[in-house]
Amino acid sequence: MEHFFKIISKPDNVPIILMLLLTIFYTWLAMSKARKNDEQTSSEESKLADKVQVWPYLVKVEFLAALFVMVILTFWSFLLDAPLEEPANPALTPNPSKAPWYFLGLQEILVYFDPWIAGVLIPTLIILGLCAIPYIDINPKGNGYYTFKERPFAIVTFCVGFLLLWVSLIVLGTFFRGPGWNLFLPWEYWDTHRVVALTNIDFTELFGVPTRRVDDSLNPAAMIFGSLIIALWYFVPVAYLWLKRNSDFMRKMGLLRYGVTAFLLMTMAAVPVKIILRLTLNVKYILVTPFFNI
Amino acid sequence: MLGMLDQLKAKWEKTEVYKSIFRHSYQDTQRNRALQIVDNVFLHLHPVRISRHATNVGFTWGMGGITFLLFIVLTITGVILMFYYRPAAEYAYDDMKYLMNDVAFGPLMRNMHRWAAHAMVITVMLHMFRVFLTGSYKPPRQFNWVIGVILLTLTLFLSFTGYLLPWDQLAIWAVTVGTNMARATPLLGHEGPFGPELGMRIDNDVRFVLLGGTQVGPPTLLRFYVLHCIFLPLVGAILMIVHFWRIRKDGGISGPDVDSKKV
Repeated sequence: MEHFFKIISKPDNVPIILMLLLTIFYTWLAMSKARKNDEQTSSEESKLADKVQVWPYLVKVEFLAALFVMVILTFWSFLLDAPLEEPANPALTPNPSKAPWYFLGLQEILVYFDPWIAGVLIPTLIILGLCAIPYIDINPKGNGYYTFKERPFAIVTFCVGFLLLWVSLIVLGTFFRGPGWNLFLPWEYWDTHRVVALTNIDFTELFGVPTRRVDDSLNPAAMIFGSLIIALWYFVPVAYLWLKRNSDFMRKMGLLRYGVTAFLLMTMAAVPVKIILRLTLNVKYILVTPFFNI
Repeated sequence: MLGMLDQLKAKWEKTEVYKSIFRHSYQDTQRNRALQIVDNVFLHLHPVRISRHATNVGFTWGMGGITFLLFIVLTITGVILMFYYRPAAEYAYDDMKYLMNDVAFGPLMRNMHRWAAHAMVITVMLHMFRVFLTGSYKPPRQFNWVIGVILLTLTLFLSFTGYLLPWDQLAIWAVTVGTNMARATPLLGHEGPFGPELGMRIDNDVRFVLLGGTQVGPPTLLRFYVLHCIFLPLVGAILMIVHFWRIRKDGGISGPDVDSKKV
């Protein structure tokens, strides 16, 4: 357990503890405010008319907040020194080698996906997907106040993305991944010599279709099978579109907006699905081609 | 004695010098409160009046404002650090040692810079979380959310480029791990899908451009230093101006006051 405290109290890891606590607190705060708003039946338009002057009512709050933050930051900086390790040495690779903490969620995903997906495609889609949010969310309700009842789908999706796939994976990558990026539980010593046998197989092999033939060339049957599975995955929203083609919702969404939303959603959902497939069935790839693997 | 001071003050307030600096008196009137905002270049990014709930810290969490405060702290401490730091592989680490051991208040400045940087990444994330949960990206504020997303990536890049500058083991290996991803860029990386087919090698792909070499070395240090101290803060500052200005144009902190029903 003392190893764990040593890792937790590393100066650069303190912000991650801070992030974790703040995220939990603010999720609770937002949800309790949402519940309060959802429970009240009368709209409170009178509150909107209740205007105050920015000087002094807002400037005062800003000043006090600034003071508060500066006091904390100053104490923090007096009490805890920023790390400075040995001089840079390109010949000496530390184990584990970790990216800065805010990228550790992405580094964790590297276990489950090839670098072009985990390191390039997913970050790009996160940025583009975030930018797309205001244009694909056509629900006019919940503009400028906390609510859950009026937009449950949007809020659940964002919380899964932010709390589970971003914050939790950062915490996992920082505190539970040791040498060789192996999983270490808090009471375990970070043993550099630990060897974990890799028993991964490809998804198609679960069904008896080998990825490679006897002469080590790629098996076309596995490639077709793998492509079909991925096509099927992205076909789910197409089927949903067909079922709901006459609904009010689809008419309002339009084909382009629905397509973008469905693609982003299915891709985001594929990340935890692949993680679970690896953890339960040791699945390495769904599709292996000469150019890339998924 | 006090009477004399009052007289002096009254006289001072009538001088041309005073009137040229302070455009209005400080008497607590509605008009002066408005002028306080409108006549001040720094405060005029605020509207004159906002709805009361927007001053509630429980609603806004203050995360946007704290992010901006941290950016200012980072700019000031960063400029001070620049006086002691040379972005060349021969000097960088020794300059850090000198800063931490021999410069008066050197450790304090460096600690503040590092912890404010980490804190800023967290406050940006929490700010976005809050903006999402209150639906504040909805019309008419869609585009300001997009600017916010770009500011998020700039914050991460600023932090990432700064991470290399101490030039210690922590720095180069974190940046090595981070930039190794660029090898795998589809089409543009030498290990990415269709990269080799398009003629990408380790010495001409997108990672090579980013690092200025085939591995994290002295040219990378200089590149990241210039990005960190000049390019990224400049772009960030410009986008921040747009971000703040649009908040005011779109109805002030935390709410278009036109069509929201609850607060």
